[in-house]
Amino acid sequence: MSSSDKTRRDYSLVGESTRRAIETGLASAEWYHTEVPRKVMKELMQRRDGPAIRDTLLWFALLIGSAAGAIWFWGTWWCVPFFFVYGVIYGSSSDSRWHECGHGTAFRTRWMNDVVYQIASFMLMRNPVQWRWSHARHHTDTIIVGRDAEIAVMRPPDLLKAALMFTGLLDFRYALPGLFRQAFAGLNAEEESYIPEMERHRAVVAARWHVAIYLATVAGALYTWSFLPLMLVGLPRLYGSWHMVLTGLLQHIALADDVVDHRLNTRTVLMNPVSRWIYWNMNYHVEHHMFPMVPYHALPRLHELIRHDLPAPNPSMWHAYREAWPVLLRQLKYEDFYLRRDLPPSARPYREEFHALATPTAAE
Amino acid sequence: MAHWIEACAVDDVDEEDVIRFDHGGRTFAIFHAPDGRFYATDGLCTHEKVHLADGLVMDHVIECPKHNGRFDYRTGAAKGAPVCVNLATYPVKVEAGTVFIGLD
Ligand code: FES
Repeated sequence: MSSSDKTRRDYSLVGESTRRAIETGLASAEWYHTEVPRKVMKELMQRRDGPAIRDTLLWFALLIGSAAGAIWFWGTWWCVPFFFVYGVIYGSSSDSRWHECGHGTAFRTRWMNDVVYQIASFMLMRNPVQWRWSHARHHTDTIIVGRDAEIAVMRPPDLLKAALMFTGLLDFRYALPGLFRQAFAGLNAEEESYIPEMERHRAVVAARWHVAIYLATVAGALYTWSFLPLMLVGLPRLYGSWHMVLTGLLQHIALADDVVDHRLNTRTVLMNPVSRWIYWNMNYHVEHHMFPMVPYHALPRLHELIRHDLPAPNPSMWHAYREAWPVLLRQLKYEDFYLRRDLPPSARPYREEFHALATPTAAE
Repeated sequence: MAHWIEACAVDDVDEEDVIRFDHGGRTFAIFHAPDGRFYATDGLCTHEKVHLADGLVMDHVIECPKHNGRFDYRTGAAKGAPVCVNLATYPVKVEAGTVFIGLD
C-alpha cells in the first residue's frame, strides 16, 4: 500500500480516522503485555503513602519557599532565580503530580490523591474532570489517530508549534480560553466524545471554579496595581512549563502511531535524578503504559524486571532527541515515516498484523 | 432461586486477592477479603470490559488494571471516575474448603 492510497490522518475525535480506528479494531484493542507472575505484579502494585507524602512535602516546601523569595525580591533581578524554581514546580512538576494522582497510584490514601490531583490540575489549567477522561482514553487508545485526545505532535509535524510548546504559549493560549468556554458555554463535541454524560455537569462546575480563581487573581492584581499576583497564579503555566514539555514530548514523538504495542509507540528514557524527581519517574513510560497500576516509585523495579522484553531505553534526553529529530524532519515530507524500535533477541515479537495494517513505512 | 456453582478451592485465592472464574460463557471475579470472607462479582470492569482479576485488591476495593477504576467488591459499588456503573455481585458460600457462587 503506498502512502497515497492511505486515508490521511484526521486527528479529530469525531472524524474519518475515528471511524476507521473503530472499524479496524484499533480502538479499544487488547494491548501487548510482558508476562509478569501475578505474585510479583501484586508486590509492584502495592500502594504506599510514605514516598508520596515525602515528595509532596518537598514539593510544597519548594513552592512556598520560592514564592516567598520571589515576593521578597520582587522589583529586583534577584527575584528571577526564585521565579525560575517556582515556575518549574508550578508549571512542570505539577504535570507528573496531576498524572500520578489521576491514576490514583501516588498515595495509598484516596483523599490525598484527590487533593493533590485538584491542586495540580489547577496549576496546569486542566479541567480535572475532563482530563481524567481524556487520559483514560489515552491509555485505551494510545496514539491511535482519531481516538487519542493527548497526541502532542501530530503528523506531518508542525515543528514551529512543537518549539513554541517550550514557551508554554500555545498551551496557555488554548487552556485558558478552553476553561472560560467550558465555564460559560459548556463542552464541545470532541470533549463529549470521551466524557460520559453523567460527568459533564461536573466538568462545567470545575471549569467555573478555576475561572473564578483566575478572576479573583486579576482583581487582586488590579487592586494592588501589581503584576505580582499574576506571576504567582496563572502565568507560571506559561514561563515554567518548559521542563514538562522537555520530558513529556519524548513519551511518544517520532514513534509509530496506530499500533497496539507500547514498545512500539512509547519511549523509556533514562534521566538525571532532578528531572526524574520533577517527572516522578514517568521517564519509564513504556513500563507505565503497560502496567498503569504500578506506582511511580516502583517503576524502576518494574523496568529491571521486564527490560528483557523491551527495546533498549534511550540513555539520556539528549540521545532521545537526537534520535527523534531526523525522523521528524523526514515526516515533514512522508508522514507515514516513523522510528521502529528494535527488540532484544529474547523479547516476544510484535503483533505484526496490526502494525502492517496501519503503519507501512518504518525507519531503518 | 440461585443454583450453586463450584468456583474454586478456598486456597486458590490468597487473602486480599482475586481470581478469575469462567463459567457458561461468562466471567466472574472471586474475592478473598482480608477478614477471610469470600465475594463474587462480574469479572469484567464496567468501564471497558477489562478482567478485574488482573487488578489490585486493597481492603474491600478492587482496582481495575486498565484505568485504575475502583469498586467495592462487597456491594459492586463504583467508587468514582472512570467507572460510573456498578458491578453485578453474586452470593457466595463456602463448604468443605470449596467456594460456590449462586447464579440465577
Ligand atoms: S477499564 Fe476498568 S477503569 Fe477503565
